Amino acid sequence: MNEMPKRALDRRQFLVTSTLAGGGLMLGFHVPGREAQAATAAAPTPEVNAWIMIKNDDSVIIRVAYSEMGQGSLTALTMLVAEELECDWNKVQAEFVDPRLNITRNKVYRGMATVGSRAIRSSHEYLRQAGASAREMLVAAAAQRWKVSGDECQATKGVITHIPSKRTLTYGAVAEAASKLQAPEKVALKDPSTWTIAGQPLQRLDIVDKVMGKPVYAIDVKLPGMMYAAIAQSPVFGGKLKSFDDTGIKDRKGIHRVVGLEAAVAVVGESYWHAQRALKTLPIVWDEGANSKTSNADIAAFLSSGLTQADVPVARNDGDVNAAMATAAKVVEAEYHVPFLSHAAMEPMNCTAHFTEDGLEVWAPTQNAEAILNSAAKASGLDPLKVNVHLTYSGGGFGRRGGAGPGDYVDQAVRIAKAIGRPVKLIWSREEDIQHDFYRPISSAKFKVGLDAAGMPIAWDTRIAGQSIQSTGNPNAIKDGMDAGFLICFTDNPYDVKNVKVDYGMRNTHVPVGYWRSVNHSQNGYFREAFFDEIARAAGQDPYEYRRKLLVNAPKQLAVLDAAAQKAGWGTPLPAGRFRGIAQVDGYGSFVSAVAEISMNPDGTPHVHRITTAVDCGYVVNPNSVQAQMEGAVVWAMTAALYSEITIKNGRVEQGNFDTYRMLLLNKMPQVDVVLVPSGGFWGGIGEPGAPPVGPAIVNAMLAATGKPTRSLPIIKRTVGSA
Amino acid sequence: MITLQVNGQAHEVDVDPDMPLLWVLRDTLGMMGTKFGCGIAQCGACTVQVDGAAMRSCSVPVSAVGDGKITTIEGLSVDGNHPIQKAWVEHQVPQCGYCQTGMMMAADALLKAKPQPTDADIDAAMTNICRCGTYPRVRAAIHTAAKA
Repeated sequence: MNEMPKRALDRRQFLVTSTLAGGGLMLGFHVPGREAQAATAAAPTPEVNAWIMIKNDDSVIIRVAYSEMGQGSLTALTMLVAEELECDWNKVQAEFVDPRLNITRNKVYRGMATVGSRAIRSSHEYLRQAGASAREMLVAAAAQRWKVSGDECQATKGVITHIPSKRTLTYGAVAEAASKLQAPEKVALKDPSTWTIAGQPLQRLDIVDKVMGKPVYAIDVKLPGMMYAAIAQSPVFGGKLKSFDDTGIKDRKGIHRVVGLEAAVAVVGESYWHAQRALKTLPIVWDEGANSKTSNADIAAFLSSGLTQADVPVARNDGDVNAAMATAAKVVEAEYHVPFLSHAAMEPMNCTAHFTEDGLEVWAPTQNAEAILNSAAKASGLDPLKVNVHLTYSGGGFGRRGGAGPGDYVDQAVRIAKAIGRPVKLIWSREEDIQHDFYRPISSAKFKVGLDAAGMPIAWDTRIAGQSIQSTGNPNAIKDGMDAGFLICFTDNPYDVKNVKVDYGMRNTHVPVGYWRSVNHSQNGYFREAFFDEIARAAGQDPYEYRRKLLVNAPKQLAVLDAAAQKAGWGTPLPAGRFRGIAQVDGYGSFVSAVAEISMNPDGTPHVHRITTAVDCGYVVNPNSVQAQMEGAVVWAMTAALYSEITIKNGRVEQGNFDTYRMLLLNKMPQVDVVLVPSGGFWGGIGEPGAPPVGPAIVNAMLAATGKPTRSLPIIKRTVGSA
Repeated sequence: MITLQVNGQAHEVDVDPDMPLLWVLRDTLGMMGTKFGCGIAQCGACTVQVDGAAMRSCSVPVSAVGDGKITTIEGLSVDGNHPIQKAWVEHQVPQCGYCQTGMMMAADALLKAKPQPTDADIDAAMTNICRCGTYPRVRAAIHTAAKA
């Protein structure tokens, strides 16, 4: 199967995803790129149902409602539909759903927010039903044509056969007739053991185009008469624009105008470079507001107070922690800390906005097309049905473009376009991106664990203090000071301990926070798994064996732990100076364990030689993509654990670009071994769960090497300005 | 007027001599395969080749290129059949894909300089940032392309 030729997405379809219900083509929107001109009117393509269109040449277009930012779900979701449709995979193309269609068609495409590793696990059932339903309609149309019973017909690879007479019809020949039939009320789905498309390591639909540089990301959109905008936002969060003096630049060659916004100022020019260069010389006065004196030490003290505050909300209280602690033979205590982190997706925030006679056209990288449609509608004052958001590939997302405040850059571009009366492409510099993020929150943990005489934990007390994402992103979810999502990994801690208490001291700063690839699992997974090795050490036990004993009621966690340990050779001799560490964290419906193999550099930093991960995500739709996500998660997690830290001085972010917000490069990349151990029977996510166990596996290997725990991240700290 | 040699064709461009090559390629010539990632030659998303050597086009003034022969991703092949592109497909390297055009131009420059690179050569030459984490596949694909 993996030798099949790959089909690139049809570029025109990809660019102009504005087919209306009923097959009429609404467009005429012109995107002169470096290649094909925009689509012109084409013959209507029969829509068998909302997800599936089949042309008379038998090619199949499957719509995908979720964004593709690298995670591979565009291909995997298409595979699920194609599996039940029984079509020829070689004739399948994917097309993004036009978010406005989801409004006009009464949410037929259901959710579009591509967050929480949810694309497959939220939609597998209705997508497979759409495929099965269309297949039955196509078969019924063929049976009607032949005047036979549908029961005598079978569909395979896009061809319907009337078995008694051996007559055949292709899907393309009956699609028009099928599109007029009533959908069946109920359809049976295939048993995954009989899958022929899903479950196979197929090549991704987007890769052939991507290796040729063909895809049009939002940042690549070019419109006639378009101007370019560069932006500076209030460096202090919560500040406002007071004034700017454009006398020095407004008449400069290549500069069109300067546009003031509430908390930002944009220079508009005939190229991005002209605009950005002029912006750097623009005198701007900010009203910095109440936060301009807040620095890292203030935030650290504030956070720390959340670890000791009395009367905080309790999320879990099993047994009697205090009574059991009083009987403990040994008590282990520690505090852990993680910093704010930025996302730094490779495609900087950008948005192209164009007011037309009919409304507003918008292009922007997004994980939540419906949310930015609403952002654009709000900023423009237009009815949402007058706004057309074009979904493109997104150059990374990682939560920045889907969760809290996803529409900030869209809002700005729409306001600038409105002010200048021309289409405009707004591009944030990398510095704006790093300094105006919705950061992974700061968080601290305070642990106290009591061990019995045999070294087994009998009481586990956890206090978390940190900045709630939900308190700004979804305040209705906060009840009595509790953000339940913030305590994940502790409220559902799989280790078998009878007396457990988990409580939370919410500490919200002025720094905006948001979701981030594996956000709370990455923080709490590190806290829990790193501290676990401190407990194992206090108990004098091997950290792998100790986990095995305490996962007695958690067979899926135990299975991936064993799989990773076995692949990594846990317990087998290592070369001198090499050490291993292990961790396991479940999340997003999947189970993952990681083993790190390291040596210590003379400067006290770790050299990571090998990472082994094992994952059970239930059903695997595309093993190639699952493997790629697990590999990518290693890089994501290593970068965060080793290097990443956003610090605040005078209310603003100190880091600015990749010279101060360091990324892992290929030369630091360890050998990565991924073991897939799918146990079936459930649908787990895959974009995020690979990351959380990697960091703690590394610090646990460091503990094995040095005897010293690593209780705060990043492992390699440096201050801005140092090399 | 400045004359640029891009992918075997001469282009006359009326631009400020200080304008970085990246923005001439993108905003003046409309060649969008070369990407903007950082603007300070740190990430490599804007990597092109000038006379076969990798260059971070965000930090090269167009006037400095002279009559150097510029190759962008659009010029690597007309049909995607360059050994680097074939290896990239075989190993299914890209995820979001945004950094990959620069990554491939850097890899091709490496192979031009060292047709059989060691892992250490790859470590030294491939300093492009990929936030999706494709590094293991980049390394494997370079070795595959070297054998082609």
